[in-house]
Amino acid sequence: MARITLDGIAHSYPRSATMALQPLNHVWEQGRAYALLGPSGCGKTTLLNIISGLISPSQGRVLFDGKDVTLLPTEQRNIAQVFQFPVIYDTMTVGENLAFPLKNRRMERSAIRARVAEIAELLDLTGDLPRRARALTVEAKQKVSLGRGLVRADVAAMLFDEPLTVIDPALKWHLRSKLKAVHRALDLLMIYVTHDQVEALTFADEVVVMKDGRVLQVASPAQLFERPEHTFVGYFIGSPGMNLMAAKVSDHVAHVSGQDIELGARYPKIKNGDAVIGFRPDFASLSPEGGIPVQVRRIEDLGRRRLARVALGPHEIFANVPEGVSIGGGQAGLTIQQDRLFVYVDDELVLGDRR
Amino acid sequence: MSISLENVTVVSMGEDVVTDVSLTVERGSINVLLGPTLAGKTTLMRLMAGLDQPTAGRILVDGKDATGVPVRRRSVAMVYQQFMNYPSLTVYENIASPLRVARLDAGEIERRVRRAADVLGLESLLDRLPNQLSGGQQQRTAIARAIVKNAELVLLDEPLANLDYKLREELREELPSILRQAGSILVYATTEPLEALLLGGLTATLSQGRLVQFGPTPKVYHVPSSLDSARVFSDPPLNELTVIKQDSSLRLGQDLVVPAVGVTASIPNGVYRLGFRGDLARIGTAWPASVSLAATVSLAEISGSETFVHVETGLGTFVCVERGVSMRQPGQSVMLHVDADRVFVFDDTGSPVAIEPSA
Repeated sequence: MARITLDGIAHSYPRSATMALQPLNHVWEQGRAYALLGPSGCGKTTLLNIISGLISPSQGRVLFDGKDVTLLPTEQRNIAQVFQFPVIYDTMTVGENLAFPLKNRRMERSAIRARVAEIAELLDLTGDLPRRARALTVEAKQKVSLGRGLVRADVAAMLFDEPLTVIDPALKWHLRSKLKAVHRALDLLMIYVTHDQVEALTFADEVVVMKDGRVLQVASPAQLFERPEHTFVGYFIGSPGMNLMAAKVSDHVAHVSGQDIELGARYPKIKNGDAVIGFRPDFASLSPEGGIPVQVRRIEDLGRRRLARVALGPHEIFANVPEGVSIGGGQAGLTIQQDRLFVYVDDELVLGDRR
Repeated sequence: MSISLENVTVVSMGEDVVTDVSLTVERGSINVLLGPTLAGKTTLMRLMAGLDQPTAGRILVDGKDATGVPVRRRSVAMVYQQFMNYPSLTVYENIASPLRVARLDAGEIERRVRRAADVLGLESLLDRLPNQLSGGQQQRTAIARAIVKNAELVLLDEPLANLDYKLREELREELPSILRQAGSILVYATTEPLEALLLGGLTATLSQGRLVQFGPTPKVYHVPSSLDSARVFSDPPLNELTVIKQDSSLRLGQDLVVPAVGVTASIPNGVYRLGFRGDLARIGTAWPASVSLAATVSLAEISGSETFVHVETGLGTFVCVERGVSMRQPGQSVMLHVDADRVFVFDDTGSPVAIEPSA
């Protein structure tokens, strides 16, 4: 168990002009679950590899419980890792796979048996212990990979690199809640890399959203959804992402292609009034009339909800169609929840003065 | 043109991969094959393409037996999960390649490539090589190549599975209109219910090599023909509950008896399986007609637009889908209300029970 501190970490790969990772300070607290989320090339895997010791950072220090491990290899960091594809010995049984890391550490046989039983129980693998690993489903194999990491008592942190990529959607549900249960039961620091927002948000207490080697926001899933501090966070989180439109803001009104949109606060200090306004489709609803006039492009029945794609001047945006509301097509009215309407300048959230 | 599978069975290494499937796909239609891994999706596509032969049954093209006709004689294009392009050819030449093979004249090739590139938003990338493209752009190139030759049958086998989340979301948005313009028979395999809903058209639910249901996508979603079909078409997984109907009440467990309301009011006495998706299970507020039970929150997962609340009821674990961000603490005691007007009712064979419309 450990708390991991990143002290001024930055990284660039040899022969590359750009920084793979911009300078970063962060403390990963013992017992918390974090996700590193971002598109490919955002630096999330680089960051994970710096924590695990696969890469030495070009700058800065990595501390485990205050001890500098920057130059220590992975084996000496007591890190357990789960990758995209299961890493297990196909010819061994599940039980032998789980026992392997302990045998290597010359643990006593009865202690090994007890610990293997305990971890198998936690992962619902008890019935599979005598089975050859080869015969298992991918989902079960991935659980064995996880178990091999967890079985050691001295694990400082558990790192995951896109662990659900090869798992069927229905089984992802199962494995995800299993991971959460393991997290609660073992009180471990867990760090999970993914490009999938649903996986990140459902897994983590705190999500680190990255792009182009830079951390844009570190926040709880609720905060990322309800109050994105960067336009990219708004776009990347949520499906579909935040509606973003260029606007001229004067005091408490945003002018967007001939329409005046009331803001929930005053913004007197924006240079030339040049800004972008953003709101999530979930906080905007469509009605046959009233509100901001928009052109209806199409309405999609997504089973649990109906989503409208509408046009406001040159902007194509999404809005909710509330239950029981029927939209004929052509013109409709858009209503935006004012406390969920944000103003961004140079992609960063700007706070207004409450009115 | 139409392609029919007639009672086809495929046995591989002694095991049934596909069992007695009959299915007809028509020109101009989008047909989604929906099911988990090993449901038989890829096998059915390979049969339609003529790449494999069935162990039993026939394949008819426009009503004529085509069961042994090799793939070269059929007009087929296929897009796979892995992006497949010629690495040494530009995007333009990648898209043009099937047309060059077909020896079309240069003007026609130019016209068709430009059009496909336009539809797929690749105009500005035509001079690039595949390794200079993002995954989404590579897959778009593969899709452009598939539609450019106007094949009669276009097969897409989980084409978005290897893409980043956001790219998947964008292509999901664009694909239906792109595919509709192609005018071919389109067959699209996916494991994801949401993808089927977005594509529209027709959906075939598949489970363990069997065709469970085939029909217009919204109908298959809202009116499942069996418990299996509802299971395949639910994400999060379908919640299920066994009940015993006794006159005007429902017995849910040893000690739990509730009034039989909603659709359960009119069903005959007997044992049933209720199926309900996460949005029909609500915490706190009752529906006009509810089956209600006490529950304990075991996990709340915020996904953004929705929160998945896992609850433990003593009769099983259920997942409720709540709109927006909902803060529920593990261990919290709640009342769970299932919408009794919209719950699916299945008998012990998994067939839906006819519900008399209420007066």
